[in-house]
Amino acid sequence: MWQGRTRLLAQNTLPCDVRQMVLEAPELVNLAKAGQFVHVRCGDDYDPLLRRPISINRLDPVQGRLTLLYKIMGHGTEQLSRYGAGDYVDIMGPLGTGFALQGEKPLLIGGGLGIAPLLALADALAPRTVTMVMGARNAAGLICHDDFADVCGGLHVATNDGSAGYGGHAPVLAEELFARHGHDMIYACGPVPMLRYIQQMSARLAIPCQLSLEEFMACGVGACLGCTCQPAGEGAPYKKVCTDGPVFWSGEVILHDH
Amino acid sequence: MTTKPDLAVKIAGLHLKNPVMTASGTFGFGKEYAPFVDLNQLGAIVVKGTTLNPRLGNAGRRLVETPAGMLNSIGLENPGVEHFIAHELPNLKKFAVPVIVNISGHSIDEYRELAAILDIDGVAAVEVNISCPNVREGGLVFGTDCASAGSVVRAVRRATGRTVIAKLSPNVTDIVSIAKAVADAGADALSLINTLLGMAIDIRTRRPKLGNIVGGLSGPAVKPVALRLVWQVAKAVPLPIIGMGGIMTGEDAVEFLLAGATAVAVGTANFVNPRATLEVAEGIGQYLCENNLSSVQEIIGALN
Repeated sequence: MWQGRTRLLAQNTLPCDVRQMVLEAPELVNLAKAGQFVHVRCGDDYDPLLRRPISINRLDPVQGRLTLLYKIMGHGTEQLSRYGAGDYVDIMGPLGTGFALQGEKPLLIGGGLGIAPLLALADALAPRTVTMVMGARNAAGLICHDDFADVCGGLHVATNDGSAGYGGHAPVLAEELFARHGHDMIYACGPVPMLRYIQQMSARLAIPCQLSLEEFMACGVGACLGCTCQPAGEGAPYKKVCTDGPVFWSGEVILHDH
Repeated sequence: MTTKPDLAVKIAGLHLKNPVMTASGTFGFGKEYAPFVDLNQLGAIVVKGTTLNPRLGNAGRRLVETPAGMLNSIGLENPGVEHFIAHELPNLKKFAVPVIVNISGHSIDEYRELAAILDIDGVAAVEVNISCPNVREGGLVFGTDCASAGSVVRAVRRATGRTVIAKLSPNVTDIVSIAKAVADAGADALSLINTLLGMAIDIRTRRPKLGNIVGGLSGPAVKPVALRLVWQVAKAVPLPIIGMGGIMTGEDAVEFLLAGATAVAVGTANFVNPRATLEVAEGIGQYLCENNLSSVQEIIGALN
């Protein structure tokens, strides 16, 4: 694990209040795996106080760079968006348990900004034939579309309003693909209702599935016990999203809305 | 000044190489922060609040960030004392740092039993958390009543040969009377303060943000309150005080030492900066150098 100030190479504005940060952090990148996250300090003062956990969108081990995607949601991410190229950003990581790489024909399902960790995963799954289903409210919300097109054998798009690709929810489209392609592993990240649907789908189809979860965090290293997630199984201790996750096997966890 | 200032302090029977400890519940069992901090450089390690039996902790959202602070309602999630002794203590014993176990019980008997179980090699002290749950008889919070606070500490005192530290709640009308009660009951030292009760509401859903509705406020937001309580108690009670509450920097720690604390604990700051403990210790040393002081003893209670 590494913590320190890293140089921001670029901060790009994407649609729907999403920002993309490219950071130079060779030590961290060397240790990082798809599905892990970094804990980012948004500024130097005490408000906001806590770091923000942001999943690793992409790793470039050759150049020692990592890419993060985040949406401006509040005070912290708003402050983060003010950093510019050349500024130094305090990050720690890589943190958490990433994806288990398995299956011959994996299917990736990302909803909204939930696509973020799936790009690093698609890179890591190569040379397998990766199929990606990305969902968004509308065409403008299809973040990283071209990056996925580059690395995935198949890319399918779903929008709620039908402004691009399939008109409907991403997991419904994904379920249609199963009948045709015989996928043997599912990876998903996105809104909780979507993940819950995918949990049920993976159980119904008896296909192993990993989900990447999001939670409010303080420490990020398993010390504060603030980012818990309900485990499947009566009386079992809570799972820590920061260290046991953020990636969980679908059957391990019970998902709740906030 | 060319020589490094002496940072060593003594808390009752405990010898600390510097006055900076970890606050219970913010540093896990040490191993969580070992990638960032050489644990040997800490004054002491106070581990996660431990109970007789494992506790799952509270359901629902446990954390809310607030201006310059945070609310938590973890609910004393911990694997229980036996697990601690079997699986965490052996690792902690490898370090040349006093290990302090924070203990909580549902009853005076539970506190007594915990203290007796932890009267073992490798445990330097117990920090009696009387700023948490209900008494078995129901209703009373131990730490807000002089008689029950005294009873808990007396029971622990009888059950252990270790140093006994009482961790007091700020959620009381008169902390000095509680401090005097636990001092009379045999506490060797005091930890001040535990978190301040608070809450936050989501106005969109009109629901409390925390699953447990209320939680404990910590971070820089509470520092002025903590400092005032430390100062009040230090004037009135002749026990060493471990001051805590929003310490982020060496300067913050120096304020607590000037107010009368013999040592300090770093809590929420660990979440912001995993090296906060060491940087606070360095900052104290730097203050001493800048002021041509040779020992941290010279600033303890040295408020003009």
